[in-house]
Amino acid sequence: MTVTAVPTKPWKASKRDRALDFSIFIVALLSSYLIVFLTPMKGKLAYFFCFFAAYAVLTSVFKGVQRGSAAAKDALVNSLVAIGAIVTIIPVSSIFFTILKNGLPGIRLGLFTHDMALATPTDPLSNGGLLHAITGTLTLMILSLIMSVPIGILTALYLTEIKGRFSGPIRFLVQAMSGVPSIVAGLFILSAILYPITKGYSGFMGALALSILMIPTIARTSEEVLKLIPNDLREAGTALGGTQWRTVAMIVLPAARSGLVTATILGVARIAGETAPILLLTGGGDKVNPNAFNGPMGSLPYYIWKSFNAGSPEAITRAWAGLLVLVGLVLILFTSARFLASRKVSK
Amino acid sequence: MTMSHESENQEMQTSVKPSSLASVASGHAPKTPGTSVLGTGLETRGVHAWFGKHHALSNISLDFAAGTVTALIGPSGCGKSTFIRTINRMHEFIPGAAMAGEVLLDGKDVYAPGTDVTKIRLQIGMVFQKPNPFPSMSIGENVLSGLKLAQLKVDNKDDLLEECLERAGLWNEVKDRLGAHGGSLSGGQQQRLCIARALAVRPQVLLMDEPCSALDPGSTLRIEETIRHLSETMTIIIVTHNMQQAARVSDYTAFFLSDGGPGQMIEVAPTSEIFSRPQDTRTENYVTGRFG
Repeated sequence: MTVTAVPTKPWKASKRDRALDFSIFIVALLSSYLIVFLTPMKGKLAYFFCFFAAYAVLTSVFKGVQRGSAAAKDALVNSLVAIGAIVTIIPVSSIFFTILKNGLPGIRLGLFTHDMALATPTDPLSNGGLLHAITGTLTLMILSLIMSVPIGILTALYLTEIKGRFSGPIRFLVQAMSGVPSIVAGLFILSAILYPITKGYSGFMGALALSILMIPTIARTSEEVLKLIPNDLREAGTALGGTQWRTVAMIVLPAARSGLVTATILGVARIAGETAPILLLTGGGDKVNPNAFNGPMGSLPYYIWKSFNAGSPEAITRAWAGLLVLVGLVLILFTSARFLASRKVSK
Repeated sequence: MTMSHESENQEMQTSVKPSSLASVASGHAPKTPGTSVLGTGLETRGVHAWFGKHHALSNISLDFAAGTVTALIGPSGCGKSTFIRTINRMHEFIPGAAMAGEVLLDGKDVYAPGTDVTKIRLQIGMVFQKPNPFPSMSIGENVLSGLKLAQLKVDNKDDLLEECLERAGLWNEVKDRLGAHGGSLSGGQQQRLCIARALAVRPQVLLMDEPCSALDPGSTLRIEETIRHLSETMTIIIVTHNMQQAARVSDYTAFFLSDGGPGQMIEVAPTSEIFSRPQDTRTENYVTGRFG
């Protein structure tokens, strides 16, 4: 007689196990109600806290009774990890949905084709748009990327490849700089360049301040990424007769490509919503300013700030729409950067 | 074919006696060195090496005749790898490294002031212990990467590509997927890819630093065949911990040893003699497996 083998997954939880897990969940839920009812802790947060605590304790106690103390510890850590993940997701998704809910009513086609030159924030939503703010923010991002990516990556290369005499102090300074508050960067450019030299708002001034914030992020992340490239590859390149520069350009940087894109994304994330330096240096025009080197330039953070300040329901809807556009813009940038980085090299 | 090789391999691993190794080694007579086409060869004169204050290698003088295979054997930490890295000037890649002595390639000191170190490394290629194909490049690009790194021009890249892969014994396995990633190959194939990569810049000397230590017996055998084949056109120096391998592939064998101090060369002789009539008792102890 032949036995036909049926693929099974004996390591998966049985129905009984799942039912037990579910009943622990229910018991935890009930006990959280009970605790909130019996103790002075009140409010939504109290329910969350009590539920999580009860769930973690109950699962670990249950597993402990079932399989001993090692299993209890394992279950406790598992539930704490799950709780950590949930606690992270809640505010992020809450922010996202609030922006979506409040911003969507303000989204219309005119938003992307008009600026605010002939409209005020309190006008009906059919008037004006945020074209000037989108172009302004994109200009600021591109200008600061052009300045920060080369400087940031070159700094990282100095720290990882050249390992010169000044590596220590430079690493220290870069780390210190990554904590600089944005308003400090703004005031620095204001007093060092805008007042003494250019004497007027411009997009370029804002981009300079944003670069100060962006360079340390890019440099630090790139350094971490480049450190992960195995030394074998550098040796192989050198042993094949490459100079240090050729080896870095042909082997080390391509091998680190996706990590360097991540570094750049983190740099953009650092500056995308910065408002303080822009208020000080870029001003906030209401019409599209194609010249980044002269005159105030609109930007999404400024537009959002100005609209909220205007206070009328229309203005507030405009502000939410601006927020939604900013979030969407950043999302599009990130996804396309990821896509570019993940493309295979081979044909 | 492969089967017979593997059984032979096993047999040798079970019976490590000087006589058996000597019989393997005497299977081929050492080549008569020095055809003028291959250059006049490589010599080291009183080479010492340091890492910081640590004296790692003391007074190594060795001749490598053109077109021969020399195996360097000896226990771990005796300076074999350090020694071959002084030959193509990869030693200086390590911070704190220092050296003394001369390395003469065709009579010219590679450490002479004003020598272009990248040119030296083109003439003296290297294969490392761990296969290290470049991850961002395809198989074909990996082979030709040396040309790009050194900014050399060749007339027909496809011919060179095929020739190098052929010489490294890899052509038949990869000819249909030259565009695939180097990382998609098996460990043994990756190592042969690295050999092909080293051959593409046409070195006259090839240094191999334990090239088979991470490979299975079958791949090891393929690489040994490749080494025998390559030795017709170039000088090869191979570091190995596998004495059967030294016996199988090399014309000459040098035994290195460190007695707590810097590594020294104890003895160098034609391979069959090292394994049958070693002059030094330490060599004898090592090749018969009594220590090390």
